[in-house]
Amino acid sequence: MLRRSPRTLLSVTSAALLVVGLSACGGTTKDSTDNSGSGSQASAAADPNAATKEGLKIAFLPKQLNNPYSDVEVGGGKVAVGEVKGEYKLVGPNDASASSQVSYINTLIQQQQDVIVVAANDPNAVCPSLNQARAAKIKVVTFDSDASKDCRDAFINQATTQGIGESLAKMALEQAGGSGEIAVLSATPNATNQNAWIEVMKTELAKPEYSKLKLVKVAYGNDDDQKSFQEAQGLLQSYPNLKAIVAPTTVGIAAAARYIGSSSYKGKVAVTGLGLPNQMREYVKNGTVKKFALWNPADIGYLAAYAGAALASGQITGAEGEKFKAGKLGEYTIGKDGEIVLGPPTEFTAENIDQFNF
Amino acid sequence: MSEVKKRLTSWDSIIILLTIVVLIIASATVDNFGTSRNFTFMVLDLLPIILIALPMTMIIVTGEIDLSVASTLGFTSALMGWFWNNGLSIEMIIPLCIVIGAICGVLNGFLITVLGLPSLAVTIGTLALFRGLAFVVLGDGAVADFPFSYTDWVTGTLGSSPVPNVLILIVILALIFGIVQHATPVGRALYAIGANDKAAHFSGIRVARTKFWLYVVSGAVAGLVGVLWTLRYSSARADNGSGLELAVVAAVLLGGVSIFGGKGSLPGVLAGVVLLAALQNALRLEDVSGQALNIVTGALLVLSVLLPNIATAVRGNWHRRRLRQAAANAQ
Repeated sequence: MLRRSPRTLLSVTSAALLVVGLSACGGTTKDSTDNSGSGSQASAAADPNAATKEGLKIAFLPKQLNNPYSDVEVGGGKVAVGEVKGEYKLVGPNDASASSQVSYINTLIQQQQDVIVVAANDPNAVCPSLNQARAAKIKVVTFDSDASKDCRDAFINQATTQGIGESLAKMALEQAGGSGEIAVLSATPNATNQNAWIEVMKTELAKPEYSKLKLVKVAYGNDDDQKSFQEAQGLLQSYPNLKAIVAPTTVGIAAAARYIGSSSYKGKVAVTGLGLPNQMREYVKNGTVKKFALWNPADIGYLAAYAGAALASGQITGAEGEKFKAGKLGEYTIGKDGEIVLGPPTEFTAENIDQFNF
Repeated sequence: MSEVKKRLTSWDSIIILLTIVVLIIASATVDNFGTSRNFTFMVLDLLPIILIALPMTMIIVTGEIDLSVASTLGFTSALMGWFWNNGLSIEMIIPLCIVIGAICGVLNGFLITVLGLPSLAVTIGTLALFRGLAFVVLGDGAVADFPFSYTDWVTGTLGSSPVPNVLILIVILALIFGIVQHATPVGRALYAIGANDKAAHFSGIRVARTKFWLYVVSGAVAGLVGVLWTLRYSSARADNGSGLELAVVAAVLLGGVSIFGGKGSLPGVLAGVVLLAALQNALRLEDVSGQALNIVTGALLVLSVLLPNIATAVRGNWHRRRLRQAAANAQ
């Protein structure tokens, strides 16, 4: 008996497991699948004139807690929740794994929040819970990174490709002094975001007002500090008449600024692009960099809170074309698929950089 | 009489009692804790831990450990996504993933019982190996478009009742494992192996073979949980379940199983899992932060290891003193 028992143990358990596995037979494959279940609610018509409700419970669920960038984002949200006289709450997991947010969403459902503002770690993993939340009449706004669009009411898009590209071209023109050679120091040759921005920038440069500006080279620093530094050096060696380096990546702009700031080109060649204020502060203070840009993370949280309040008050439903007011940021119109674009990136200069800490 | 007293003061009965007390207090004092929806959420949260804990209890009772379970889960989850993308039917994929999980267990079992390597070292190795393979299969990507009827079954409840569908699965598997562990010769063999595997061997128990099959079963269950995890979150990812092995081992130890083997019961472990899940759930509802949550569960675990040891020491002291007294009286 004893001799045979380990096998009995195995056969019993594996049989049980297989029964579970095989209980439904029919052959559902990727092609035959219908994913119709998730989804869209019948929402009531929006009443743009409805008053903003007071005491709304608005909860923020960032990707993870204690991340400096998302701390700034939710900080903006807290201010906005205060302005609409709501109750602010911040919860979040300690790790940014795909599934760790689900328990928190479930808890928020149990606590009967009015709005959940979430940056999804995984666009799909949070979906079933978010839809349960919406079934419980909780409005869901995503920011930072969107969830699948059929499980949230609105998404705060920090910046459009068009907006970033235009802003880069504009800063290049300004910093080069209206004419001359410019170069781009990008991330990797196949970085999706950077390539899209550079494409828009090139289209902009083809316009008459940019006719005196000449883009001589797009160099790639691979988002590696040392490589970016060497590429910046190489650009100046190949193009000694360069007026400006535009780096649409935070690693590139910091490396370029470090090179220019420590070389004889300081004050002659401008550095601009997308950067983080904390990384760029010393170069702005010492005059190497006059202006650079990035979306303001505090505004993302701020706008998300207002969008949530407008949804919960019935002023909007998340449909395209609806308008709502977002405090100091002014009026916003909802775009396709419930997207709300924050607007052009914030420009940082010596005058305002000390107001930002991220 | 002393047998009854021993039963009642054993760690697993204390944990079961504590769990019931915590559930009652939480239902009475924490808003929204005692609702049917919260019950559903809690069962879903403890599902992966409780299922993997079933074979883990047996393995730890024999004095071994399997730390590769969460990586096996991640590997089968990644494979599930890969198979699905390659057009296999979900009805094929599910048993396939369970079998692959079992094969992972075969590798562990082979290294530990045939080559005689220590299980701690082997399963730390396969922990890294299986997780690595998971990333080879799926990389950083995720597969999400699993059929709604399946994902909905895992997150759904029986009709309009608050009983989650997966609870049936938990009950069936817990019953099977409970019966095998506590009411069959195999179960008794596990305790004998844990107490002294040489003695067990000489009493005719096939120690190596029993351990081998335990790892196979553990792998198969981890494979099943990989499937359930993927369906619950509608997301096949290579990093699914990272770190879950520690939660499982923690729950098993909290439930009164000795890490040195030979001691512990499945009801104690089930209570341990429920206690941890209930505490986390209740504290979260009370807006306790994630870090504080870790502190509470960590402290609880240290206490669960510490208290039984102190109790044994105290009992031993008391026993010796009584013996001395009896000897003095006799003189």
